[in-house]
Amino acid sequence: MKTPRPVIQVSGCRKTYKSTVAVDDVSFEVFDGEIFGLIGPNGAGKTTTMECVQGLRTPDRGNISVLGLDPFRDVYALQDRIGAQLQQAQLQKRIKVWEAMHLWAALYRRKASDGDRLLEQLGLADKRGAWFMTLSGGQKQRLFIALALINDPEVVFLDELTTGLDPQARRTIWELVRDIRHRGKTVFLTTHLMEEAERLCDRVAIIDQGRIIDMDTPEGLVRRHCPERSVVLKTDDDHAGERFRGVPGVTSVAATNGRLTIHGAGEDLVMEVIRCLSEERIRVTDFRTVLPTLEDVFLRLTGHSIRD
Amino acid sequence: MLRGLLRLTWIEIKVFMREPLGAIGSIVMPVLLYVLFARLGRALSPQGRFTASSFFHVNVPVIVAILIAINTVLSLIAIISIYREGGILKRLRATPLRPWTILTAHVLVKLLLTAITLALMLLAGRRYFAAGLHPPVISFSIALIITTWSILSIGFLIASVVPTARFAQPVGAVVLYPMFVLSGLFIPREVLPPWLSHLPLSYAVSLLEGIWTGDPWSAHVGDVVALVIVFAVCTALSAKLFRWE
Repeated sequence: MKTPRPVIQVSGCRKTYKSTVAVDDVSFEVFDGEIFGLIGPNGAGKTTTMECVQGLRTPDRGNISVLGLDPFRDVYALQDRIGAQLQQAQLQKRIKVWEAMHLWAALYRRKASDGDRLLEQLGLADKRGAWFMTLSGGQKQRLFIALALINDPEVVFLDELTTGLDPQARRTIWELVRDIRHRGKTVFLTTHLMEEAERLCDRVAIIDQGRIIDMDTPEGLVRRHCPERSVVLKTDDDHAGERFRGVPGVTSVAATNGRLTIHGAGEDLVMEVIRCLSEERIRVTDFRTVLPTLEDVFLRLTGHSIRD
Repeated sequence: MLRGLLRLTWIEIKVFMREPLGAIGSIVMPVLLYVLFARLGRALSPQGRFTASSFFHVNVPVIVAILIAINTVLSLIAIISIYREGGILKRLRATPLRPWTILTAHVLVKLLLTAITLALMLLAGRRYFAAGLHPPVISFSIALIITTWSILSIGFLIASVVPTARFAQPVGAVVLYPMFVLSGLFIPREVLPPWLSHLPLSYAVSLLEGIWTGDPWSAHVGDVVALVIVFAVCTALSAKLFRWE
């Protein structure tokens, strides 16, 4: 593996709006070619952080460097090399899809990507002549992705990309984001959807009330903060429950209408349970493992659910 | 960045023309209004015997011209606040576009619109001008462009201060229309308190009226300077106060 090169470096960033501290002492790095996610509830400071990095806001304190540039001083040079999708942004109601692509292509000094091919790849080819206002939520987001890619940027910023989309549109967008990474670009995204972060991001930083609480790969965070896991199985054997109590790693066993939930911790728990099943010849009709998710990590770290 | 400015301007023109009532409201209506006034004027003074004729020949073109300018400014205020509220300004700013390029595009669109409306108005009104009256069309157009440009900066200032689209246009109307009424067109200047003659629109009316009736530009240097000062002050203030979101 090549040594990762940081393309975004943020250290000690602080931003206040009047008396509210939106972001406080935020530091992180985003490496070349990865999908990095800033995750946290609404109002945690995700968008503020991202907009400081993009040069749309000036932090009160702290240093930010993107592609070796200062986002505040070199904002136009930076804008030329990055692509952005902003939260709650809109276009002119009656601008046509191709006109927006054509306009955006004229705004950058870099040679533009082939707009029609981008539309094709994003599944918007048949909407080329449609007014912006007639597009569905998912189509609008796909157009914003196309606009973010028009200058063949080195870093792509995606702010709450799938908020308000239905699950199917969301999955399509996730595929598209993975494609962006496959083209060798770095992706910096924010989301309050833990599932999205888990499925998309190589690394995530959890932010709450303006501060970064922890940062790692999604699996790394789960392993560190929520090592417990459970096995749920269904069996007709009334005495099965007792036989698991001695299995290494098991902390408790609960039975509810024919379903056993075996709680424990450690990587080996599932294997130990399976070994016990086979040695004791317990007949099971269903078997599944329940692993903690980023959602659980968030709850544990902040003491509150991300949806509050 | 000129390429960006031109393309943005062109797209804004197209987008504006697609607006329901966009073209009709701002181009056709003033022209129709003018023709209606002019016909009425001719019916009232067949041989120019009534003093009314001078009102229709001199004041009506100026009134309509100022209305076009005000209309233009109100629609600029509306567009800027709608674009801000909808996040369109913000989206455009997250590109290498310089902020003032975005606003310049809108000013260009509005000036162009003003010019087209004025041209149509003059064409339509030709048959109603009194014989022997040859209004200096080109000078008058330039005077109107200067006027519009100057009032547009007042519009920008209003759009900078008033945060929501719902209030921006009414506030604009409340500021501009009384200024128009007090500009000396409807009430003789002599009966108004002297400070009222320093309203930006008073200079605009004085300039337009003078140029329409054949005054040389040299007689209106003061008016032009006043309008440029209005522009400079309002632009400087809105540069300080303008919010992109």
